[in-house]
Amino acid sequence: MKTTYRGAVHDAIADAMRADARVVLLGEDVGRYGGTYAVSKGMLEEFGSERIRDTPISELGFVGIGIGAALGGLRPIVEVMTVNFSLLALDQIVNTAAALRHMSNGQFSVPVVIRMATGAGRQLAAQHSHSLENWYAHVPGITVLAPATVADAYGMLRTALTNPDPVVIFEHVGLYNLSADPDELVATDISRAVLRRNGNDATVIAYGGCVPKALDAAEELAAGGIECDVIDLRVLRPLDDTTILESVRRTHRVVVVDEAWRTGSLAAEISSRIVEGAFYELDAPIARVCTMEVPIPYAKHLEDAALPQSDKIVAAVRGLFGDAQ
Amino acid sequence: MIEFAMPALGADMDEGMLNEWLVKPGDTVTRGQIVAVVETTKAAVEIECWHDGVVAELLVPVGQTVAVGTPLAILAEPGEKAETSAKPATTAVAGPAPEAAPVGHRLWVSPVARRTAASLGVDLKTVSGTGPQAAITLHDVEHAAATAHHEAPKAAPPPRQVATEPQSAAERARARGVAMRASIGAAMSRSKREIPHYYLSDEIILDTALAWLSEQNAGQPITERLLPAVLQLKAVALATQRFGEFNGFWRDDHFEPAPGTHVGVAISLRGGGLVAPAIHDVAEKQLPELMADLTDLVGRARAGSLRSSEMSDPTITVTNLGDKGVDSVFGVIYPQQVAIIGFGKPAQRVVVVDGGIRVATTVHSSLAADHRASDGARGALFLAEINRLLQQPHEL
Repeated sequence: MKTTYRGAVHDAIADAMRADARVVLLGEDVGRYGGTYAVSKGMLEEFGSERIRDTPISELGFVGIGIGAALGGLRPIVEVMTVNFSLLALDQIVNTAAALRHMSNGQFSVPVVIRMATGAGRQLAAQHSHSLENWYAHVPGITVLAPATVADAYGMLRTALTNPDPVVIFEHVGLYNLSADPDELVATDISRAVLRRNGNDATVIAYGGCVPKALDAAEELAAGGIECDVIDLRVLRPLDDTTILESVRRTHRVVVVDEAWRTGSLAAEISSRIVEGAFYELDAPIARVCTMEVPIPYAKHLEDAALPQSDKIVAAVRGLFGDAQ
Repeated sequence: MIEFAMPALGADMDEGMLNEWLVKPGDTVTRGQIVAVVETTKAAVEIECWHDGVVAELLVPVGQTVAVGTPLAILAEPGEKAETSAKPATTAVAGPAPEAAPVGHRLWVSPVARRTAASLGVDLKTVSGTGPQAAITLHDVEHAAATAHHEAPKAAPPPRQVATEPQSAAERARARGVAMRASIGAAMSRSKREIPHYYLSDEIILDTALAWLSEQNAGQPITERLLPAVLQLKAVALATQRFGEFNGFWRDDHFEPAPGTHVGVAISLRGGGLVAPAIHDVAEKQLPELMADLTDLVGRARAGSLRSSEMSDPTITVTNLGDKGVDSVFGVIYPQQVAIIGFGKPAQRVVVVDGGIRVATTVHSSLAADHRASDGARGALFLAEINRLLQQPHEL
C-alpha cells in the first residue's frame, strides 16, 4: 500500500480519532481548508466541527486552548502552521505545558500533542522556513519528535497521543510528498534513534528533512569506498546517546547534519555529548553541516546554497579522512 | 673535519635541548672533555666529546631542541686548519630560525590514535600522520604497529627539529617531570613488550660481610665509611666476569657482550622518577673508590647533572630498594641490557645453617634476565656466584 508522509500523518490522526473519542484536532485552517499542508483533508466531514476546530490566527490563544483541553481530559492535537509561528505560543508551551506536571507536584498532566511544520526548501522565505527544533529540545518537560519516514510519521504520532506529557512533533515541509510502501502502519517507539544505514567508516547523524540527504550522501560515499552509519535521531529530546555513542565507538568519525543554524544548535549539543562520552574513540574532529547563518532566502539558488545538501555532507565526511582519502 | 653529534643517552632518548656550550670556536678539545650540557627528559647531562680536535663551528644554538644524531659542532682534526665550514646544510641548521622547523605546535594525534598507540607501544614521534591537518590517525598507528612488528627496530629516527619557546625554570621542571614519566613509560613498556624476562631469587647471609665492613669502617670518618651497597655492586661486577652473558646488550637479534662492566645504579629522584646511570669499570675499582663514585653519582643524579657516558654506558643494572623497607625487588630490564639485579632490605631473619636454626642478617637478591640471552640454569649459577662473593668480602 503506497502512501505519502502527508497521508501517514492524516491516517494517524484519523485512526486515533476513530479509536478514541477524546482526540480532537485544532488549528488554523485545519477544517474547511483541510490543513495548510492538506493533512486534515476530509476530516471535517468525517468527524464534524466539534472535533475538527478551525481557530483564529492566534497561536498563543489556540495552543493555550489545547493545553486547557488536555488538562480537562481530552487528547488534543494542535496544529501550528510553521515553527516560525509557534514562537507566538512559546509562553504556553514552555511556561505552561512543559512546567505544569513539575509545578503541581505531579497532580496535573498535560497530554497535548503539538504538531508543526518546519524547515526550508519550498521557497517560503524567512517567515516560514526556519528550523527551531533546538529551541524546544532545550526544555525539560516536553518530548520533541522529528519523524523522517512515512512509517514514523504515522507511528510516532500514534504513540505521542498515548504520552501523558506534552509532545511536540516537527514535520519537515520537504517530507510531506515523500512516499513509501510500508507493510502496515503501526505505532512506533518515541524514545530511540535508529540506524538507517550501516557502515564502519564514519557516522552521519541527521534528523527530519536532512535524513534523506544524509542517505543520499552515504550512497555516494559508498561508491567511493567509504561506508557510513546514518543515524536518524527521530527523538530530539531526550536524545538517544546510547545509539550515537555505540556508532561512534565503531566508526571513530562523525558528521552531524542539522538544518538549524550552527550556533547553539542541536548539532552542537550532539557534538558535545560525543566528546563527553567517546572522546578517546575519536579519530578526527567532529564535523558539522548546518544551515548558513542567514535568514532563509527566498530565491531558489540562494535557498539551496544556504541549506545542508548531500554534496556538502559528502565533502564533510571526506574531510575526516585527510590524506588517507 | 669531524662532526660532533647529539648522542643518544639511553634507549629512550630521541631528542635533547642544547642547554649550554662549554667550548667556543677555536678551542682545543681533548678526548673525554665535557663540551656541552644537554637537557634530556631526565636530566641536564654533561656531554663528553670523544675526539681530539679544534672547535671549528658550533652548529646548534643554545635553547634549540634537536634529534639524536643531529650534528652539534664541527671539529677540525689535530693539524687540520680550523676553518668555518660553508656547507649549506649546516648553515641552515645553525640559523636562528631553521626553515625545517614546523610551526610550533605539538604533535597532532587523534584521541583514539593516542590511546591505541599507548596500548600498542607505538612511539608517535616515529609515525607520520595522514589525517586531517596531517594529524596521526588510528589507521596510521595500526599501520606503524604492524610495520614495527615485521621490521627489526632501526637506528635513530630521521632528524627532527622542534621549535622551543623560552620557559621558566619551574615550567621546565614540570615539563621534565611529565617527560620523564613518558620516557620511563616508553622504556619500560618496550622492555616488557620485547624482553622475555625470567626471575630468580636467593637469600644471602650477610653476617660475614657486615662484620668485615664494620671492621673496615671502624675509625673512619662517616663520609668515608663503606655501605653494604658498595659490596653488592662489586660482587655483581665480579660475578659478570664469569657469567658474561648477563653483561652486555641484546641488539639486532643477538647478544653483544660488553667489554667492560659498567654497572647502572637505579637512583630515585626527589621530584619523582628515576635514572640508572653507570659507574664505570666497577670490577677494576677498589671499594673506597667505588664508594666515592657512588656518592658522587647519586648527588649528581639528584642535582640533574649527569654525563653522557654515564647515561649511555650501563651494561647491567643494580636496583636496591632495601632502604625503602621492602624484602625483595624484581626489576624490569632496561633495554637493551639483558639483566637487572635487585636487593631488598638487610634484616634479621631465621635461617637454617648446617642443620641448626639461627638468626642471621640476610638480604634477598633477585635476578631478572632476558631469556633470549641466557637461561635459568646459568642465571641460578650467576646469583649463587654473587652470594659466594659476598661471603668473602676481603676479596672484593
